[in-house]
Amino acid sequence: MEFINEARSLVKENIRDYGMYIALFVIMLTFSIMTDGLFMSSRNISNLLDSTGYIAVLAVGMTLVIVIRHIDLSVGFAAGFLGAISAILLTKMGLPVYVTIPVILVFGIFIGLFNGLLIAKYAIPSFVATLAGMLIFRGALLQVTEKTGTIIIKDDAFNAIGNGFIPSLMIVNGLHLLSLILGLLSILFYIYSEISTRRNKIKYQFDVVSKGIFSFKLVFVSAIIAYVTWILAGYNGFSWTVVIMLLVVVAYHFLTTKTVLGRHIYAVGSNPEAAHLSGINVKKITYLVFGSMGMLAALSGILFTSRLQSATTTAGTLFELDAIAAAYVGGVSSAGGVGKVTGAIIGAIVMASLSSGMNLLGVGVSMQYMIRGGVLVAAVLFDVMTRKKRG
Amino acid sequence: MSGYILEMNEISKSFTGVKALSNVNFKVRKGEIHCLIGENGAGKSTLMKVLSGVYPYGTYEGDIVFEGSVQQFNKISDSVQTGIVIIYQELALFPDLTVYENIFVGNEVTRGNLVDWNQTIREAKKMLKRVGLDVNPETLVKDLSVGKQQLVEIAKALSKDVKLLILDEPTAALNEDDSENLLKLLGELKKQGITSIMISHKLKEVISIADQATVLRDGKTICTLDASNGEISENTIIKNMVGRDMEDIYPKRPDKKIGETILELNHWSAYSTELGRHVLKDIDFHVKKGEIVGIAGLMGSGRTELALSVFGNPKNYKLEGQLKVSGEEKVFKHTSDAIKSGIAYVTEDRKGDGLFLIQDIKNNITAANLNEVADKGIINENEEVRRATEYKRSMYIKASSLEQTVGNLSGGNQQKVSLGKWLFVGPKLLILDEPTRGIDVGAKFEIYTIMNKLISEGMSIIMISSELGEVLGMSDRVYVMAEGRMKGELPIEEANQENIMQLATQ
Repeated sequence: MEFINEARSLVKENIRDYGMYIALFVIMLTFSIMTDGLFMSSRNISNLLDSTGYIAVLAVGMTLVIVIRHIDLSVGFAAGFLGAISAILLTKMGLPVYVTIPVILVFGIFIGLFNGLLIAKYAIPSFVATLAGMLIFRGALLQVTEKTGTIIIKDDAFNAIGNGFIPSLMIVNGLHLLSLILGLLSILFYIYSEISTRRNKIKYQFDVVSKGIFSFKLVFVSAIIAYVTWILAGYNGFSWTVVIMLLVVVAYHFLTTKTVLGRHIYAVGSNPEAAHLSGINVKKITYLVFGSMGMLAALSGILFTSRLQSATTTAGTLFELDAIAAAYVGGVSSAGGVGKVTGAIIGAIVMASLSSGMNLLGVGVSMQYMIRGGVLVAAVLFDVMTRKKRG
Repeated sequence: MSGYILEMNEISKSFTGVKALSNVNFKVRKGEIHCLIGENGAGKSTLMKVLSGVYPYGTYEGDIVFEGSVQQFNKISDSVQTGIVIIYQELALFPDLTVYENIFVGNEVTRGNLVDWNQTIREAKKMLKRVGLDVNPETLVKDLSVGKQQLVEIAKALSKDVKLLILDEPTAALNEDDSENLLKLLGELKKQGITSIMISHKLKEVISIADQATVLRDGKTICTLDASNGEISENTIIKNMVGRDMEDIYPKRPDKKIGETILELNHWSAYSTELGRHVLKDIDFHVKKGEIVGIAGLMGSGRTELALSVFGNPKNYKLEGQLKVSGEEKVFKHTSDAIKSGIAYVTEDRKGDGLFLIQDIKNNITAANLNEVADKGIINENEEVRRATEYKRSMYIKASSLEQTVGNLSGGNQQKVSLGKWLFVGPKLLILDEPTRGIDVGAKFEIYTIMNKLISEGMSIIMISSELGEVLGMSDRVYVMAEGRMKGELPIEEANQENIMQLATQ
């Protein structure tokens, strides 16, 4: 009885954080039932995650941009443009992959810093500054692909980023072994870090949740990791896209929750004036967040170009709006200071699941847009309502 | 004498348990200029807000009788319709609209359903003539000086057929010429039969213009003085304004150990490009180790600007002069430089630019010095919680847990979080800007106790305050500011409410 009461009060307090996980679960369950399990098949989930990658990394960066009360509309075509540049570097200049990728990422950082300069130094509203960037990069993309049209990439290493999978070592009962091992390692790492956090808290004599709830949480999350691993191992294992996506999330999650820099970003978002008076350099934070956004736009461009194995003249169209939608579904608030990186990823997966599920069901494109729009409104509405209740 | 145009009888008004007005009686005769005087927080603005319907009928007790009939204003437009117009210190104009648009905004001259702009401009010219303002009505308001903007406000009031004009510190932001013009205009309007109420801190103005003056103190009417009996003089006004005894609300400090100079300013001036004027002019100032220096002065006298100019200059004033910390000359480029030199500034506006309201107590307390609980940029969360808990205890912050959102705390507790945040930085010099504004007596006492403890540990404090009692009760030395200048420095033994007020209202 006590267990249930504690669980209930935990859910009540954290309903905002759990909300989108529950939403994702409901969406996945609904589609599974409607497609007789086809939705949750290894192949479909693997495809779904791969097709989310380039939006998910943008959504991570966009979340931070929105947290500091700005917006970046330029990232879509910046990604398209940088993707085209990487194609040119690989095919025309003959640069190897391991040179091309860092060059493109650095290029992305510079683009982001330029946006940051306009916004932080010259106080141009971010909407306008990045709208200009959107037009400029759209033009730049057309410019570099004008003569050749679509640029086909024949570099296998590069194409593997968007299409390939990590090596399997061997196949056990039709399952991808290395993926299984990685899944197991992440479960062990998760359990270890949770237990050590708990121990530390007890050492400092802080309140912790009861043993029952704690074990339940461990088992529950481990089971989810195991299930996802099992599904992916049943197809080709973890794709490189999924690995990259996970690395980005882990890195940004750590940055935002554990570091001084992360705390400063949220401080600037909650109250820029107070942040300034607290000795936080608001301009520097703005540069940093836009710089990171630029880098992630470059990464998104690489993922997308590699997935198509070519650079096209329309690459990047509407990416920025998909990323913004994912960030909002993931719980970011335009009032600033609120929003999690993990939320952005879940938001991106929610949106991708909707597309994937509706595709399987044969829902027309027109309906798909309307339903996704409805989900976006519902997500933000949920956020507004739960916030009112708490305030 | 003619009868009363306005009688406010037995007005009482409380805010969440605190009485802001209790049984105030305020009577204004038709056709006079009546000044309303009192210290900050005495209840003048609250009384005027009751009168103008900002606080609707039913949220206060007592009667408002205007021109012989009891009024029940539910919103501001009700009082405007009756002929009562209030002009606030912060002007309510639209800077990017023209003068004529501003005069008739909300009261448009129409023909059918459309605005008749030609007629509007013609009417606007008439109004401008009445207030003696010689500008093209098509000028944008932002291109006018503050003095002229004030006249536009008055023209706007006249366009609404005003009978009773209320001006809240109209000359606070004006230079001497503009002030004189404005006072002259009030005299003109009086001849045209318009009654005025003027809230003012400048006693000389009051003496020169008032027919009657009512003094409020601590939410009560103290007296109404009549010029025709020769009752309005500087002495009588000040005596009535501050007349209370110093209550025993300030904890005694056991020992005073005053040491070397911590902060020193020489010929310190600050020019604001935003306002286009000097906010600080030629200031000499110093603070010693272990002392509390009070800065008294009226709102807008440059006290906050002085604090900000020292604290890393976040408003980007153009600074001149010399700033020394512990004898060493410094130039701070950013607030973080000032913090590194051991200066902390607790803002007067804790909700606006002090706290992160959506974040919890812990994050607020550690915000200005996270590196204290971090190793190579990575936060040790347990250490952070432990340290924040210490401050929660030593600051007497009343909250269920460290995770409570600061926006949900009471004013007093928010102020203590704000104070804790800056003590966590471990400063040598703490600048407190209105440290007890809007908080209850109990929390005030706790903050005074904390201040005394800090001083005995060797910290220095600059306390900016509009409450004279607090300045006199807590400081070792008092500076008085007015119009961006240091008007005087008084050792605490010589300082009293009268001579501070005199310096502040020069």
